[in-house]
Amino acid sequence: MPEAEGQIAVEMPLLDRLRRGDATAYEDLVRSHGPRMLSVTRRLLRNDSDAHDALQEAFLSAFKAIGRFQGGSQLSTWLHKIALNAALQRLRTRKRLAEDSIEELLPSFLEDGHHARHPSEWMAPADVLLERREVRELVRAEIDRLPEDYRTVLLLRDIEALDTAEVAQLLGMTENLVKVRLHRARQALRALLEPHFQRGSC
Amino acid sequence: MIDGQVSCREFVEFLDDYLAGALAGDRLVTFNDHLAACPSCVAYMKTYQEAVRLGKAALPPSEDPLPADVPEDLVQAILLARTRS
Repeated sequence: MPEAEGQIAVEMPLLDRLRRGDATAYEDLVRSHGPRMLSVTRRLLRNDSDAHDALQEAFLSAFKAIGRFQGGSQLSTWLHKIALNAALQRLRTRKRLAEDSIEELLPSFLEDGHHARHPSEWMAPADVLLERREVRELVRAEIDRLPEDYRTVLLLRDIEALDTAEVAQLLGMTENLVKVRLHRARQALRALLEPHFQRGSC
Repeated sequence: MIDGQVSCREFVEFLDDYLAGALAGDRLVTFNDHLAACPSCVAYMKTYQEAVRLGKAALPPSEDPLPADVPEDLVQAILLARTRS
């Protein structure tokens, strides 16, 4: 993410106050950056109670680490990572959905490598579909049906716009596994959306 | 449809690399040849790209309705937890 020097300059007084242990600075930090961090924890956790707990954990981590924050990146970027970490830690404690449930959402092939069935054409491109108000809602619901491990990688790469190396580091897995999971998650999302958008479905 | 070098299965397996421009040389040529001869892979690739676009647009962080504020009781809980930690 490109760093805006102006933004960093604006953040310096707040950082100075935080490093001096000014109690009002902590409150300012929570009020100014909390809303965006809460959006992140909500997107990943899909449940207000967990999202609130993760936000609290994120801020406690940030308060402890603020002395080590070098100001080399934007404060908001640093806090975004901390919020993602807190949400991911909470996700890990949840019961995992069956890993193999993604298999039935992947395309199938004949023994000779051909598609087992011709993929449907869709009624319209994404930008046209998105003009319909209910489409976003529907896509969100289908993303939520992805097995957790795949949904997490899809969110981090396609929504939070982290790169493969960053996701690998956050999730403690190899970059290759991140790529495989992302590809499978996208294929599964395609399969989940197909019945809604194939020609003749409306 | 198989062009003799790349099957639909392989085409789909390496679709992200193909779309990201990560294939080069002869390999890229064989993938392009396959696509030119295989309407199933054309349809699959197009709908795969639409699904990715829909996913990105369905939850765009830049358009998140920012929760106007963190709920007040949560702000207070966070500040209280700091003094106790």
